[in-house]
Amino acid sequence: MHELSIVMSIVDIATKQTQQANALEVEEIELVIGELSGVEMSSFDFAWTQGIRDSVLKNARREIIRPEGKAKCIDCDAEFTIHQFFDPCPYCNSHFVSILQGKEMRVKSLVVK
Amino acid sequence: MCVTCGCGTDHQHDHDHSHGHSHAGEKKVIDLEQDILLENNLLAQRNRGYFEGRNIFSINMVSSPGSGKTSLLEKTLTDLKNELKFAVIEGDQQTTNDADRIHATGTKVTQINTGKGCHLDAHMVLHALQGMKPPADSILFIENVGNLVCPAMFDLGENERVVVISVTEGEDKPIKYPDMFHTSGICVINKIDLLPYVPFDIEKCKEYALKVNPNLKFFEVSCTSGEGLTEWYSWLKERVLTEA
Ligand SMILES: Nc1nc2c(ncn2[C@@H]2O[C@H](COP(=O)(O)OP(=O)(O)O)[C@@H](O)[C@H]2O)c(=O)[nH]1
Ligand SMILES: [Mg+2]
Ligand SMILES: [Zn+2]
Repeated sequence: MHELSIVMSIVDIATKQTQQANALEVEEIELVIGELSGVEMSSFDFAWTQGIRDSVLKNARREIIRPEGKAKCIDCDAEFTIHQFFDPCPYCNSHFVSILQGKEMRVKSLVVK
Repeated sequence: MCVTCGCGTDHQHDHDHSHGHSHAGEKKVIDLEQDILLENNLLAQRNRGYFEGRNIFSINMVSSPGSGKTSLLEKTLTDLKNELKFAVIEGDQQTTNDADRIHATGTKVTQINTGKGCHLDAHMVLHALQGMKPPADSILFIENVGNLVCPAMFDLGENERVVVISVTEGEDKPIKYPDMFHTSGICVINKIDLLPYVPFDIEKCKEYALKVNPNLKFFEVSCTSGEGLTEWYSWLKERVLTEA
């Protein structure tokens, strides 16, 4: 369950930011977790409830933005949506594609108080 | 906060937050845009610098439990010990069995006990390096926890990621665990001595793997019969030469 490590990293980031702002807790947190990031959302939700206990995030409202996978074909230059790393280029069937979007995992913003 | 390296990956900060003046009720919006794994990635970069400075070629070995990571290491270390310098970091959830097997080959080995953790991270590797001081101009093998999912996301600072799959597993593993095959540069297909007895279609497996990662390079080996190991050994020897 690497999702728990991810949640703990988010808790660390949030704790640091809250302290730096001389605040007490996080009211709202906005995350960006791409569809190709390798994060299983049901595991993530489970890890979240466990991980935020007794942390600055325990009362936080959580917003998750999920960018879809986008790739560019190295053979024909087409850009398209992908859902898996093994999806081929829909135009020329090539597997030589480079991922443009969907692998990101970011803490976008926080509202602390 | 970890005192040795200054990284903030210790989660036990239990002080109640009475920092100076309180801003109760006052809200502040922080537009952070920070990578969740930034801390790990920075430490991985630090490990990478350590390897570079000492001309160490480091290999992160990943697979399902039982695919033959330790066997491949035992064989390699025994066969090449007069030609190359090696060190090994063993990531194991509980036991020291694998580390003992490596130790028996006469190679410097250190063990990271991950406990319930299902993967190694750059922080653990950093401390293992500080403890063991692997020799310069060597190959460092890092045997990750047997798991094809969790280790995929965590850069350890390795120079190469090697995924091991054995012919007793399904040939569709690459598309079932695409992240791992996507992030690896080398795929070792092990236990080919068992091919006559199992329904594993090796070409199909490679085809699947190449769909996930068209740049993947394959070695087909048997740690039991020794078949295919020569190619793997040549590849290893080139790594320390070309990296010099
Ligand atoms: N037949 C056969 N068995 C192997 C081979 N390589 C490893 N094994 C066996 O597979 C089992 C698991 O190997 P091990 O190296 O511990 O796997 P690890 O969990 O990936 O480190 C052991 O019983 C090995 O003896 C091989 O090439 N052929
Ligand atoms: Mg092992
Ligand atoms: Zn194309």
